[in-house]
Amino acid sequence: MVAAEVAQLSSGWFLENAWLIGLIPAVGFAVIILFGKKLPMQGSEIGLGTLGASLVIATGAGIQWMQRTNSAETEEAAAGVLRGVARALPRASEGGAAEPFIEPVSSTWVWWQNSGLEFGLGSSIDGLSVMLLWLVAFISFLVQIFSLDYVRGDRRYTHFFAAMTLFSSGMLIMVMADNMVQVILGWEIMGLCSFLLIGHWWEEEANSVAALKAFFTVRVGDVGLLVGTAILFFGANQYAVDNLDTNGFDLDAIQAWALSGQASTWTIVMAAIALFIACIGKSGQFPLHTWLPDAMAGPTPVSSLLHSSTMVVAGVFLVAQIYPVFWEGFNIANGGLSFIAVIGGITIVISALLAFVQDDIKKVLAYSTVSQLGYMMLGLGVGAWLPAVFHIFTHAFFKCCLFLCAGSVSHSGSHHSFDMKKDMGGLRKFMPITFGAWVVSTLALTGVFPFAGFWSKDEIIDNVGNNGYTFLFWVGLGGAALTAGYMTRATYLVFFGEPRGAAAGEHHDDHVVHADDHALVGAATHSLSAATNTDDGHGDHADDDHGHGDHGHDDHGPHESGKLILFPIVVLAFLATVSGFTNATPLGESWEQFKKYVEPRPEAVAFDAIIASGPGESVQLVVPAVAPAVEDDGHGEGAGDDGHSTGCGRGEPEAATACFFPAVVHAEPKFAKILLSLAVVAAGYAAAIAFCIAFYKRRDPRLVGLTQRSRVARAGYKFLANKYYLDHLYEKIIVRGVAHPIADAAYWINQKVLDGAVNGVGEGGKRAGNWVYDNIDQKLVDGAVNGSGLVASESGHAMQPMQSGKVNQYGALLFGAAAVGAIVLVILNVS
Amino acid sequence: MTGLIVAADGVNVAQNVGFGIIAFGMIFAALCVVSTKNVVHAALWLVVVLGGVAAQYILAAAEFVAVSQVLVYIGAVMVLFLFGIMLTRARIGSEEGLNNTGWQLGIPVALVLLGLMSYVIVDTVRDTIIPDRGPAPTEALADQILSPYLVPFLAISFVLLAAAIGAIVLARKD
Amino acid sequence: MLAVNFLLLAAVLFCIGVYGVIARRNAVMVLMSIELILNAVNLNLIAFAVMNGNQDGQVFALYVIAIAAAEVGVGLAMVLMIYRNRKSIALDELSEMKG
Repeated sequence: MVAAEVAQLSSGWFLENAWLIGLIPAVGFAVIILFGKKLPMQGSEIGLGTLGASLVIATGAGIQWMQRTNSAETEEAAAGVLRGVARALPRASEGGAAEPFIEPVSSTWVWWQNSGLEFGLGSSIDGLSVMLLWLVAFISFLVQIFSLDYVRGDRRYTHFFAAMTLFSSGMLIMVMADNMVQVILGWEIMGLCSFLLIGHWWEEEANSVAALKAFFTVRVGDVGLLVGTAILFFGANQYAVDNLDTNGFDLDAIQAWALSGQASTWTIVMAAIALFIACIGKSGQFPLHTWLPDAMAGPTPVSSLLHSSTMVVAGVFLVAQIYPVFWEGFNIANGGLSFIAVIGGITIVISALLAFVQDDIKKVLAYSTVSQLGYMMLGLGVGAWLPAVFHIFTHAFFKCCLFLCAGSVSHSGSHHSFDMKKDMGGLRKFMPITFGAWVVSTLALTGVFPFAGFWSKDEIIDNVGNNGYTFLFWVGLGGAALTAGYMTRATYLVFFGEPRGAAAGEHHDDHVVHADDHALVGAATHSLSAATNTDDGHGDHADDDHGHGDHGHDDHGPHESGKLILFPIVVLAFLATVSGFTNATPLGESWEQFKKYVEPRPEAVAFDAIIASGPGESVQLVVPAVAPAVEDDGHGEGAGDDGHSTGCGRGEPEAATACFFPAVVHAEPKFAKILLSLAVVAAGYAAAIAFCIAFYKRRDPRLVGLTQRSRVARAGYKFLANKYYLDHLYEKIIVRGVAHPIADAAYWINQKVLDGAVNGVGEGGKRAGNWVYDNIDQKLVDGAVNGSGLVASESGHAMQPMQSGKVNQYGALLFGAAAVGAIVLVILNVS
Repeated sequence: MTGLIVAADGVNVAQNVGFGIIAFGMIFAALCVVSTKNVVHAALWLVVVLGGVAAQYILAAAEFVAVSQVLVYIGAVMVLFLFGIMLTRARIGSEEGLNNTGWQLGIPVALVLLGLMSYVIVDTVRDTIIPDRGPAPTEALADQILSPYLVPFLAISFVLLAAAIGAIVLARKD
Repeated sequence: MLAVNFLLLAAVLFCIGVYGVIARRNAVMVLMSIELILNAVNLNLIAFAVMNGNQDGQVFALYVIAIAAAEVGVGLAMVLMIYRNRKSIALDELSEMKG
């Protein structure tokens, strides 16, 4: 058919210069840092301007990508391919006609080379990356508009915008990467910026601790990224050099290698596990999710950006980008119960449960994000690639909107407090626009028809069931009910009921009184961060035009926020309503824009068609595909199971061809399943509303104080309030239990072995005698006089000579140990 | 040990003899560096070792490295050492207590290392003969530095810059 | 010339340097011993370069020389500072690194 035809796909200026999208904010960052303070708006205009420019280019690139996809179709039609209705066809693997693989548009330069190995830097744009580029640029732009008002008067205003701009830039650079090295670059830029931004108000210790925790927890995962990249490189390099004339860092080469059937199973399994550990850390999956809620210590715009489109999405994106590695590594094709799906399922449930016991509005949202990321991972883990990616898209809008609403509430409604129980309540009358946006986003998040989350989340759940994971299907549904529950609780506490604390215009600076109130009201309720977050930004807003610094009660009353805050919220709320229609599967296939433009086509490409653009640069293809002659009659039958044993990712590709994406299965929408999930969500809502009214409004005696009366309830509550004791595990058990014994052992060796060898037994005996004399004899007598503190200090001094601290001995130990190690290696080698 | 194998097959005898003489001088000088009681003498013995290394480079046809060795080590580093000795007011005459209390520990460690390395070296390159080559043109060296090994070169530049700044910061009097 | 000669000379120099690092008390002397070690490594690099008939080893020998110069500069600056602060450069009197 079109095997040898050269079809010229359309491209365009925006697609070919998409690298500007990431570069412009990076340059903007440098400008802000260097000149920001001298500019009239203290650098914020640069941040807005650069992100605006990125947004324009990303939009252009998106439109041109769609044109490119469409052009493939017309080319095919011109080539005489028999086609049915333009788009209403299932994939070839599902029995439909083959659609050509649309190759990414690459423009890369050699960044550096080292003895023949070249590393590219630039952009490789396909459907997934252009979608995320646009999303990141758009969300970042809106969040920066929001920040103009929100952080006005902050003492590090310029630095805030600089870090925000670099943060977006890091994500953009990662998304458009065409090789793993660039992915790591963007990934690490984001890690650094998240540290800077979470610790933005580092004067308070809790904030800097949270920043450190975020940094180190993610770092644990980052080791996985480095290891995984190394494994992939050594695994894929030979294949890439032989067949694609590139190297093992190239993302396309990695994808092709993973699907080639030549990869050894163990290599790919180890790579997949290592990379997924990185994604666990970055995307806050169980058990490394603990940093995400603590990251709420940063300013609200940071949380908003971090949780919607950057940072946490990076992990999900990485899985989606090099999906073939996970597809093969975890045997998703054959319905294996993958590591990803299990982690995703666990994360959904545990974080949704945690969201119930939070008093801090931002922490509720943080756990909600963790839970939603669990959905995305679950989707990817069971082969539902498209719904998971679609969920990234819709989730970004409503989660960003929710965070901005929370920021708006704290900015204008509760006087910089985020504590729902103390300082909020009844705000719907004062902040109608914020309330409206919150409700819309909540409905979207919980998946109520026809808001965005309904189309994406239900798609994931539906596909999980369709791919044969019945248990995880129910986990997903249960998670949806839990989502409805905790969001109802948050909504009720913030916007309904009687105004409390700052929301009631109460004098705000009496933290002591508040703390006492808190202790009385919430007996076991002890949110560690509540007090901290209450203080956020206090000093920073002293010169705010709202007059928050004054203590007149009139100024303290809740009111609606300014236009700069409301504008992004309204835009996002609008998108939270309508963005679901971009891939509304149940409405018919003509609505499936994501399937058409974002999902790569699982078709094999002949090696001949791959133009070698030189090692280190990305793979470029010009020929659509070797379109296998597939008759047009197989489509539309059943749930699309026809192609299970053939197609990309279901077996080795034909000789001299490469696959870049596995043939994933798409579930047929079923009315009954939609009704089921809507019913589950409705049940969640009903239960939660009933509970809220009974507990918070009527103070139903059967519920109030349940945690005090019932042992089971109290244990459950404490378990949740302590976040499953994971932090205890990490800090008390792992750090104390592993790191300290090693240090102790080293100390012991230092003390006994080294000093013993040098000083000899006699010297040691003499010291021991001295020690006994000093401590037992002298100190027991003098102890009563001098006090115990002095005893401790003096015994420390007495111990001092026994410690080594001699550099030379360390040197001797170092060389000696190296020699011994080398001897062992030599012996092993010889024998 | 090095002087023992003077005239094997295919070996340039004159070169080998020269190597042996220089090597013995270097080893003797190196032993003096680590055993003399006089700090200034130690520095002067070190000059002998470094000069010997430069001579060996010339024997191995690495003339550019040899010249660099003379310029950098004997010209600059040794002057630094002498300044360091003077500024820390070491006595010009001999000095007691140049060694640690646990200095004996160094002997077994060094001997074990030497034994290990000798075994491995002899085992690996037993009869390998270095062919006689003409001196490598400096131009080729420059090509190597400025194309395939450019990244390490840039890294070195940063290190040198950082070292210069660091040394100034550390040594200046506040 | 036999390769083993070169490598053995380097090994001997290296071990003498190691002994010096361990045995010496004066910080400047320790730095000198480190120079011995670095020169031993350089000898190895040159030997391998000439064995393989390319310049890679020479390039890295040059890099090592540069690094050694930086190391001596920083090291001596530290020694000077230590001397100014405590009028002694005996390493066993420095107790800040006590475990």
